[in-house]
Amino acid sequence: MKKELKGKVHKFGHNISTDLICPGKYFHLRSDIKKLAGHTLEDADPEFIKKVQPGDFVVAGENFGCGSSREHAPLIIKESGVGAVLAKSFARIFFRNAVNIGLPVMEVDTSRMDSGDELLIDAESGEVKNLSKDTSATATPLSGVMKDILEAGGLKEYVKKGFLGE
Amino acid sequence: MKQTLTEKIISNHAGKKVKAGDIVFADVDRAFVQDGTGPLTVKVIKEMGKGLDRPERKYFFLDHASPSSKSELSDAHRVLRDFASSTGAVLSDVGKGICHQLVAEQYALPGELIVGADSHTCTAGGLGAFASGFGSTDIAFAMATGRLWLKVPQSIKVTLNGELPEGVSAKDIILTLIGRISASGATYKALEFGGEGVENLSVESRLTVCNMVIEAGAKNGVMPVDDKIADYLEKERGRKFDFERLRADEGASYESEIIIDLNELEPVAAAPHSVDNIKKLSHLEKEDIKVDQVFIGTCTGGRIEDLEAAARILEGKKINPSTRLAVCPASEQVFLKALDAGLIKIFTESGGFVVTPGCGPCVGIQGGVLGKGEVCLSTANRNFKGRMGCPESFIYLASPRAAAASSLAGKIVSP
Repeated sequence: MKKELKGKVHKFGHNISTDLICPGKYFHLRSDIKKLAGHTLEDADPEFIKKVQPGDFVVAGENFGCGSSREHAPLIIKESGVGAVLAKSFARIFFRNAVNIGLPVMEVDTSRMDSGDELLIDAESGEVKNLSKDTSATATPLSGVMKDILEAGGLKEYVKKGFLGE
Repeated sequence: MKQTLTEKIISNHAGKKVKAGDIVFADVDRAFVQDGTGPLTVKVIKEMGKGLDRPERKYFFLDHASPSSKSELSDAHRVLRDFASSTGAVLSDVGKGICHQLVAEQYALPGELIVGADSHTCTAGGLGAFASGFGSTDIAFAMATGRLWLKVPQSIKVTLNGELPEGVSAKDIILTLIGRISASGATYKALEFGGEGVENLSVESRLTVCNMVIEAGAKNGVMPVDDKIADYLEKERGRKFDFERLRADEGASYESEIIIDLNELEPVAAAPHSVDNIKKLSHLEKEDIKVDQVFIGTCTGGRIEDLEAAARILEGKKINPSTRLAVCPASEQVFLKALDAGLIKIFTESGGFVVTPGCGPCVGIQGGVLGKGEVCLSTANRNFKGRMGCPESFIYLASPRAAAASSLAGKIVSP
């Protein structure tokens, strides 16, 4: 994982469900992550996938990723080039899935971040600087095991390094 | 140390006494995937370079596209069939039913720790198990190692008093609760149900309540173990099971307590597009909301008691000609019971149609996908925008009774 992340904000509201992130109508594309990623967040903002640039951030309110356990939701966000997801709070399964597949997720006060703002994130300290508004906020630190998994690049990579939960 | 029921079950699987907030590795009794999440799990297991730990306790359910509606899905099914066959895992093929119904009917036991790559895995909490949903990679880990890391959740005690009045269903209990605490009101937490109201609920109703705890963000929902569960398991599986009557210790520590008086509940619905947007059906009835489709089915509302409740209302009547009625038994076993009881005849003669046991319409895959501007009253658990295949449609969630009554009226009514 990169230590410093820089990119633009794409702002979403509260309760962004995994159905909005990864619509069920594309269920048949789940074995083709690249194709599926062409529909990332489509039902929340049909223009998102055209606007997003590598390293940009998805920023949202409360309960991001609520609903289904589909890991394809964080997978296609990552595949679309997003550098991290920042939200006031996350649904449990989405948060865990994101860490497991190596997509940085940060629980942080996003109320003063708007679409188009440029952010500079220190992934290690959790400090999020809003360069456009000259404000900053600090993310809630990850628990020990989650930090280790994310640093390894995901759970699969962590297991390959010998982690078996002993 | 006095323990909640969730702390007790996790302790029994972690080899030590745990309390809320602890991070532990727990032994997993059963792990499963479905056809939407399974292919990714199989890929990750292979990439980890692992096989399956105790394959006879790992399950592959083909239920979301049941039967397959697209060639890509048929290919995904083949991946799961081949993997189950080569590892000795249990395969539940298309038409057998929804994973959560089958886990409850055939496999789960009280006190077990069950994980599944489907968010409604929490359903089995109705049998007094710790059951929780995860993503494909976590389940790959659980299938390969037989263990999974967990943070022991804080518990919210939900005390149910009294008995449900006529016309009010288990669905109304959980919808009312979610309306009270919001769609994120129990995030990371356990909802532990108790009180005399639980004793008055059938086991199927308890499954319905636990099925939807995830809609409040909960990690799991759990009911105390009693003789009713023993009777249910014996009836469904044709043999007796012996297990401890697990319940929380007196004086266990809860984050908060919510008390619901069942006698005072009214029929409610979750209005579009969120599960905590709860309205009384008696109020919605006045808004004259025309319904294009009624859907009775799913892991929330497709059990035999649900179909019976709906059929009693439909018997001898015809549904409104401008409304479609889709009925989907939650499993093959439910389908056979409905056939024996004459319910399938009632649904068909009333103008409805029956689709293959599975998840189809609820997840917008097949069997009743909605079109632009359409309104559906469903017995399912989610009404998110786009859930049933079209982001410009509108989904209301209510009980099977409300669904049946609304199909007759052609608009949303209270049963």
